[in-house]
Amino acid sequence: MVRSARQRLLAFLAQLALAALIACALAWLGQNVLDNMRERGIRAGFDFLVEPAGFDIGEGPLAFEASQPLWRAFLAGTLNTLRVGLPAMLLASALGLLIGLGRLAQHPVPRRICDALVETLRNIPLLLQLLMCYFALASLLPDASHALAPAPGVLLSQSGLFLPAWRCEDSCGWSWPRVDGFGIDGGWALTPEYMAVLIALSLYTAVFIAEIVRGGIQSVSRGQIDAARSIGLRPAQVLRHVVLPLALRAIVPPLGNQYLNLIKNSSLAVAVGYPDLVSVANTSLNQTGRAFECIVIVMAVYLSLSLLTALLVNTFNARVALRGSP
Amino acid sequence: MISRSLHTLLLLGGLLGASLTAPVAHAGKTLDTIKQRGTLQCGVSTGVAGFSLADSQGRWAGFDVDFCRAIAAAVLGDPNKVHFVPLNSQQRFAAIQSGEVDILARNTTWTLNRDGALGLSFTGVTYYDGQGFLVPKKLKVTSAKQLRNAEVCVQSGTTNEKNLAEYFRGIGVKVRPVVFEGFEASFKAFFSGRCQAYTTDISGLAGVRNKEAPNPDDYTILPEVISKEPLGPAVRRGDDEWFAIVRWVPFALIEAEELGITAANVDKIRAENKDPAFTRLLGSGEDTGKNLGLDKDWAYRAIKSVGNYGEIFARNVGPESVLKLPRGLNNLWNKGGILFAPPVR
Repeated sequence: MVRSARQRLLAFLAQLALAALIACALAWLGQNVLDNMRERGIRAGFDFLVEPAGFDIGEGPLAFEASQPLWRAFLAGTLNTLRVGLPAMLLASALGLLIGLGRLAQHPVPRRICDALVETLRNIPLLLQLLMCYFALASLLPDASHALAPAPGVLLSQSGLFLPAWRCEDSCGWSWPRVDGFGIDGGWALTPEYMAVLIALSLYTAVFIAEIVRGGIQSVSRGQIDAARSIGLRPAQVLRHVVLPLALRAIVPPLGNQYLNLIKNSSLAVAVGYPDLVSVANTSLNQTGRAFECIVIVMAVYLSLSLLTALLVNTFNARVALRGSP
Repeated sequence: MISRSLHTLLLLGGLLGASLTAPVAHAGKTLDTIKQRGTLQCGVSTGVAGFSLADSQGRWAGFDVDFCRAIAAAVLGDPNKVHFVPLNSQQRFAAIQSGEVDILARNTTWTLNRDGALGLSFTGVTYYDGQGFLVPKKLKVTSAKQLRNAEVCVQSGTTNEKNLAEYFRGIGVKVRPVVFEGFEASFKAFFSGRCQAYTTDISGLAGVRNKEAPNPDDYTILPEVISKEPLGPAVRRGDDEWFAIVRWVPFALIEAEELGITAANVDKIRAENKDPAFTRLLGSGEDTGKNLGLDKDWAYRAIKSVGNYGEIFARNVGPESVLKLPRGLNNLWNKGGILFAPPVR
C-alpha cells in the first residue's frame, strides 16, 4: 500500500502525540514519587553517590576501600557481577555443548550420565544448588593455617584458591601467596564465594544449553547427514562441517536467552556472600536509606547488561543465519 | 530465602506503588487505624534468640516481642492482639515507611542518618548494646587487634558492616569482610569455618553462641566493644500522637521496675498503695492516659501482661534465658546502669 504524504504526516503526528502522552505520564509518576517521599520525610536524589561508602568490599578486580565514594562501590559491584558472569557464560557454553552431544551419544553410558545430569540440575532451584555448593566448599576445605598446597605457589583452603600473581606496585614481580596472620596474603585469590557462584551458575545454565544444543542438532534433517556421509566424511567431520553449522541457526537465538538468564541469575550471589552488584546495592541501600534510588540503579545496570548481551547475540545470529531462510 | 527476597521486592514494590499513586499521606491517625484493625502490626527480626524468635507453634517470644505486646496491651487491651511481621535487615525500613508495620521493634540501631533521612523516628532506647567479635577458642585469640588478615562474617545492611571497616582501618589491621544477606547464612558460614571471626552486637553474639553453635564452649566473645549500638523501636514519621505512645510504654515499664511493681504484684499494689507515684502509673488515681489518647489503665495493662523492664530483661536475655547477658548499662540509673525514665505525670 502506498500512502500519501498527508497520511504519513498524520501517522507521524499520532505517534508523536502518543510518545508525548507517555512521557507526561512518566514525568507525573516520577514527580509524585518525589513529592510523596519528601512529604514522608524521606530524602531523595542521587547526590549520595559522591559520599564516602563507609564499608569495604571483600574482593574484586577494582580495589575498593571504605573511604571511596559510593558510585565507585556500585562500579566495583558491577565489575564483580561481570567477573563471575562472563566466565560462567564461557564455561556453561562449553559444558552445555559437551552434555548436549553426550545426550545424543550412541553409547548408553555417557548418554545416561548426561541425561541424569540434565534432569537433576535443571529441576532443582538454583539458589539451593548455590547454597549446597558453597557449604560443601566451606566445610570440605581445611582452614587457612592448614592450607593444602597442590602445587608450588598454589594454596587451597577455606579462604579460597590462591595462585601466584604478577604485581606491579613499587616494582614489578611475582606475588606469592603465603599464610600470614589468620589468613593468606598475596597472590591472586579466588574465594569460595566466587567459586561457588561460578560453579553453580555454570552447571545450572549448562544443562539448559545442553537441551538447546540437543534440539538444534536434532533439527538438522537426516538427509543432510546422509549426504555428508555419502561423500565420504568421517563422523567427526560430519559433525564439524555439516551438523554444527546447520544446528547453530537453531541454537543461537535460545542460547542468547540463556545468557540473559545467567546474568540475571547471578544476582543470587548475595545469598552466599559474594559482593556482586545486588550485594553492594543492598548494603548501600541500608547505609544511606535511598531504597528507591539504589533499586533504580540496579535495574538500570541489569537492563544495560542484558540489552548489551542481546545486541551481541543478535549480531552474531545475523551472521550465522542463512540468508533468505525464515 | 526465595520467599524472603520476594518479600523484599514486594515491600519495595509496595513502597514504590504507594509513592507512585497514593495521594500525599497526612500525619496522624495511626492509633485510629490500629483500633479499627484490632491488631498491632509489629516488625521484628526473622529470628534472633532472645529478641524475637518464633517457636514451633509459631508463637513469637523475645525482648522486642514483649515491647510490642506491652504496647498492644496498652492500646488494644490485649497483649496477644499483635501480628508479628518478620523482616530482614534490608526490608525493615521499607516496611515501616510503606505502612506495612506500625512499629519497628527489630534490634535496630538508632543513628542520625536513620532518624533524619529515612522517614522514621526512633522513640527511645530499650537496649544499650555494642558491637563485638565471636571467635573459635582454638585460634587462641585474646584481642581483636590480633585478627590480622582474618576473614570476618557479617550480615549486610547493618551498622556492623560499617563499624567493622572503620574499626580495623583505625587500628591499621587488614581484615576481609564476607558479607551475607541472611542472618542464618552469616553464622552458618562462620560455624563451618569460613570466617575466623563473626561480628554483630554483643547481645546477638551471645544468642548465636549459646543457641546456634554446635558446642558453645568452643567459642568466645572478645573483650573489645567497637561501637555504641542503642537499640530501640521506631515509628513512621509524622504522627506525634502515636510516637508518644510508643515512647511512653517502655518508660512506664522502666518506672514500674524502679517502683518495684511486677506482673505478679501489680493488682495488689493497685488496690492497696495510695502513693500518687503508684496511683498515677496504675490508673487508680490521676488519669495519665488521656494525654496519650489512651484510657487511664494503659500502663497497668502493659505491666500486667509482660511485667516490668527488669522482668522482660531477665526472661528473654538475662539469667532466666539461654543468653545469660548481664544487665550492665541496661540497669536502672540508681543501680549502676543508665536507664532513666522521665516522670510519668
